[in-house]
Amino acid sequence: MTHPHRFVVGVFESETKLLRAARLARAAGLPVHDAYTPYPVHGMDEALGLAPSPLPRFCLLFGAIGLTAALSFQYWVSVFDWPLNIGGKSYDASPALIPIAFELTVLIAGLGTVATFMRMRRLHPGRRPAMEGLGALDDRFLLTFREGPDGVGEGVVQRFLEEQGASRVVETGAGS
Amino acid sequence: MTSTLSLLRKPLVEGDKTCADVTRDVCDPLDRTPTRLWWLGFGLSSTALLTGLIMVIDQVWTGIGTWGLNKTIGWSFDITNFVFWVGIGHAGTLISAILFLFRQRWRNSINRSAEAMTLFAVMCAALFPLIHMGRPWLAYWVVPYPNPRGPLWVNFRSPLLWDFFAISTYFTISATFWYIGLLPDLATLAARLPRGWRKTLYRGLSLGWDGSQRTWSHYESMYLLLAGLATPLVFSVHTIVSFDFATSILPGWHSTIFPPYFVCGAIFSGFAMVLTLLIIARKVMRLEAYITIEHIDAMCKITLLTSLIVGLAYATELFTSWYSVNPFERFSTVNRMRGPYWPFYWTMVFCNVFAPQALWFKRVRRTPWKVWVISILINVGMWLERWVIITVSLHRDFLPSSWRMYYPTYIEVGTLIGSFGLFFTCFFLFCRVLPVIAMSEVKSVLHYAKDAPGVEA
Repeated sequence: MTHPHRFVVGVFESETKLLRAARLARAAGLPVHDAYTPYPVHGMDEALGLAPSPLPRFCLLFGAIGLTAALSFQYWVSVFDWPLNIGGKSYDASPALIPIAFELTVLIAGLGTVATFMRMRRLHPGRRPAMEGLGALDDRFLLTFREGPDGVGEGVVQRFLEEQGASRVVETGAGS
Repeated sequence: MTSTLSLLRKPLVEGDKTCADVTRDVCDPLDRTPTRLWWLGFGLSSTALLTGLIMVIDQVWTGIGTWGLNKTIGWSFDITNFVFWVGIGHAGTLISAILFLFRQRWRNSINRSAEAMTLFAVMCAALFPLIHMGRPWLAYWVVPYPNPRGPLWVNFRSPLLWDFFAISTYFTISATFWYIGLLPDLATLAARLPRGWRKTLYRGLSLGWDGSQRTWSHYESMYLLLAGLATPLVFSVHTIVSFDFATSILPGWHSTIFPPYFVCGAIFSGFAMVLTLLIIARKVMRLEAYITIEHIDAMCKITLLTSLIVGLAYATELFTSWYSVNPFERFSTVNRMRGPYWPFYWTMVFCNVFAPQALWFKRVRRTPWKVWVISILINVGMWLERWVIITVSLHRDFLPSSWRMYYPTYIEVGTLIGSFGLFFTCFFLFCRVLPVIAMSEVKSVLHYAKDAPGVEA
């Protein structure tokens, strides 16, 4: 997904500098957009003011769907649709339904969570990674700012990034 | 700046590696042509795989009468191999999920290969029930789908069907977990490559990952959820495998200790296999700085603990069969120890209970070749354990007139060799095409116990 925005990118060499810059930038009201890092930097969610991920709730939802579907299907098959007399055991011997119900709970919860994640972040084959070639997948830590209608005046962000010790400040059009 | 070493903790990665070093060390071997050692290993394992393939074609063509089974012994090599391979897989999930939940950050440099091992082991395992069906092309009958035969459903009260659900869920979730863990590294690989089909392929597989913090934030939440789901899953899988036996009434199988006993044995054998593989892989791929002696040491401790639990389970089995005052139970135990198959029982006890005791000594834990020898012994011992439980319990049951002996045929031995071939071939290919070390995770622990995170050099 491409925004109409252009971005100012500060390239940092360490996570501490990035964290400090992100905190100060938000405090100063600069239009921080995102950070791009080779690994999840702890404290970055707070520094960027990101809300906690809703994925746990989706996981619970999918798990509940899996559990209900597995239990009711097994019950319907064993009690209503085609009851089989096996060694005189009762048709609705529910403990026997637990293993498969458990497995399907885990299966649906896991796959559902991953699918939700991919949907939320629009990850799919053919997606063009943002901030290419700036080293965020190797050893650089990027802090990006929106430029444009809701951004701030020319040069403010650039000066801020240089003060914070960014090794490079780049302008780019691609982002997500 | 020289690193200030912590007094309390040892660094997880040796040497003063930077993030760029990690990328280079892990990605470079993928760009080079394979070493001679790799060709040797790959050649051997693919030969074994080919042998197995011929055996499988033969037994599917002729029928499973080519096995050494008889009316008394209906399960032997096939189910032994199945349980053995499923067990091997468990260490991978333990390392990737359970150690993650326990915040054991040393797992970061071994989880990728351990998870790969899980997948390949589960593939090997699934092969055996499939062959055992005799008509593997009808394997889809175990799926409860609306069929023109009624629909006649599968029997949801059968442990063998639970097994199908457990193994397929286990494989799917492990593969998903592994793939999700690979996303950042696939993107790193793609970013380094020049334009071409490899770049396109890796980028496609990385789903356009770009390291955005917003993505990382959800990613970490998802990773934790998957770890939380995989943890009970791994316990459930071998529990259900043990139900295949425990829910029957055969002495030697009908036992309530089976679920914990099997799960623990699975982790034990899995760790032995991880050690076997990684001690070689770290040498061959020159990854000693990442897979350090500390890792081997830590894995040895888990192996020792699980060995003690397995030993306790053996002792408990002896005690309960005596305490039960059930002549059949007592006979089945004595028959294991003194019956015609006694050497296998005692080899098993030696390999699984006595040999791992050497791991109490730090000197042994920190000498890779000694650990390697012990890990091989455990692999042998754990395979024998499953064989002893399955075959030796079956061969003499309630009715002495039906007592028989079992001898494997070359087809069965060849298929076992073939499964090892499949496992190692997959592992060798994996080493060539995917990063064997989770780069993004190792980068996050580079500063561990060295200096305050991110203090500039």
